[in-house]
Amino acid sequence: MTATLANNRYLPPALGIGSLIAFVALVELLIRVGLINRFIVPMPSDIIAAFPRVIVEEHVLSRFLLTAAEAFSASILVTVFGVAGGVMLYRYQLLRRATETWVAAIAAAPLVLMYPLYLVIFGRSALTIVMMGFTAGLAPVILKTLEGLSATRRVLINVGRSFNLTPSQQFWKILFPAALPTIFVGLRLGLIFALINIVGVEFLINFGGLGQLINELAERYDLAGTYAAICFVILVSICVFILTERLERWLRPVD
Amino acid sequence: MPAVPFERIDANAPKTARRDPILVVDDIVKRFETPDGVLTAVDHVSLSIAPGEFVGVIGPSGCGKSTLFNVIGGLLDGYEGTVRVAGERVRGPHPAVGMIFQEESTFPWRNVIDNVAFPLEIAGLPKAERYERARRFVKLVGLDGFERRYPAELSGGMRQRVSMARTLAAQPKILLMDEPFAALDEQTRLLLGDKVLQIQQQLKQTTLLITHNITEAVQLSDRIVVMTYRPGKVKRVVEISLPRPRSSEIVSSEAFGRYVAQIWSDLREEASRGLDDEESRKLREADTR
Repeated sequence: MTATLANNRYLPPALGIGSLIAFVALVELLIRVGLINRFIVPMPSDIIAAFPRVIVEEHVLSRFLLTAAEAFSASILVTVFGVAGGVMLYRYQLLRRATETWVAAIAAAPLVLMYPLYLVIFGRSALTIVMMGFTAGLAPVILKTLEGLSATRRVLINVGRSFNLTPSQQFWKILFPAALPTIFVGLRLGLIFALINIVGVEFLINFGGLGQLINELAERYDLAGTYAAICFVILVSICVFILTERLERWLRPVD
Repeated sequence: MPAVPFERIDANAPKTARRDPILVVDDIVKRFETPDGVLTAVDHVSLSIAPGEFVGVIGPSGCGKSTLFNVIGGLLDGYEGTVRVAGERVRGPHPAVGMIFQEESTFPWRNVIDNVAFPLEIAGLPKAERYERARRFVKLVGLDGFERRYPAELSGGMRQRVSMARTLAAQPKILLMDEPFAALDEQTRLLLGDKVLQIQQQLKQTTLLITHNITEAVQLSDRIVVMTYRPGKVKRVVEISLPRPRSSEIVSSEAFGRYVAQIWSDLREEASRGLDDEESRKLREADTR
């Protein structure tokens, strides 16, 4: 019965949207009856009402595009260098033993605190923001690529060897597709880290897209506008997530 | 079912093939370094197989069967002795040798037809030709209609047939199988045995089957090499004179039962040694903890 319901094409998204609407309605109710302070959390109806103002007056679309472009650029860098780094660590045992702990430590470090250094190196520009996103997202992609490649089942490697595959064929035909699901886990994590840092640095250096807008609206104490802008950040995150999911399905149709 | 005449088991059957052999394993010794010292997994094993012959290698767990499989397949080096395929010394995976592994080895990211076409893709065959050939082998293993399915959508037995079709598609001269049905239930195992017999009949494929299942070995083989428990040596070679073509129905015949009983009497002592060894190892491990 539960499985039949879960396999229904429309029910899961309908239930998801329904739950979100119910949650928003509950927050609205709690604010209206005074259980949540309306000067800390704005009413959802006010946030919805703020959307047209934020879109028209605050040029949210151009800011959205700027943040999305920064996120996209950082994603490309994270993917290229992260996957390549993971492959290097897999290929060279010495390099792996020498650096794996450091990479893991970097993954857990609050790298956003390095933004003054990046400002000095790259200036107060979109490049600083992209590089901060790249730095924050790199370590999880390296670690997950390494994990995926190392976890490739021995028998699959032996199948490749039994067919006399060259090292390059062994990598592209067996190791890489076998590691793809784990690599994509790393990519999703890395891209989330990158996006958090991109918006965070925009906020901190008051430059660029949605982060700067959130900063400005918060300083004006426009709570409804601030939350409306945050909704656009969530939209960027959803776009990145959908893109990675499509890419994964294209590269590896069925697990 | 027609009565199957019982042929006397020839305990002194030749280790070598009567015709010019296609596979010669000569005096193989393989040792491994372990924390308890040097372990001899395979000890002076020799055998030769004639073209089209089906040879089973049987022994208890830990007798070095899989080590022998990996040595013949060229996946292991650092051994003494030689392996020759059609007169050519094996120094790594040989193109004339196809391997079917014990573990599930289909590529989960490729559908059935793409799994089977894999060696042909590696060989650089044009797309149309490799799919045409792959379809032939998919049909041969009885999976026509499942070409677009992914391994996750198939049963264990079907997945093992995909692996078999993939190996056969490369058209190897010698087929090595390492307990290919070990993970399957008894009925599926017997039915897949029928499929192997049918394919072997059709392709006249030289085959070396590594197994610990006596029924499977007798059902499929022309000769069975019985190995001792550690170090793995050839204890006896048994000629199986059951008539061909065979099917799984043969398992109920009296002759079949006698072969199984005879091989079990040889194996029993080895299997007991293996069991005792395993139990003492566990006791030693428990003591150290």
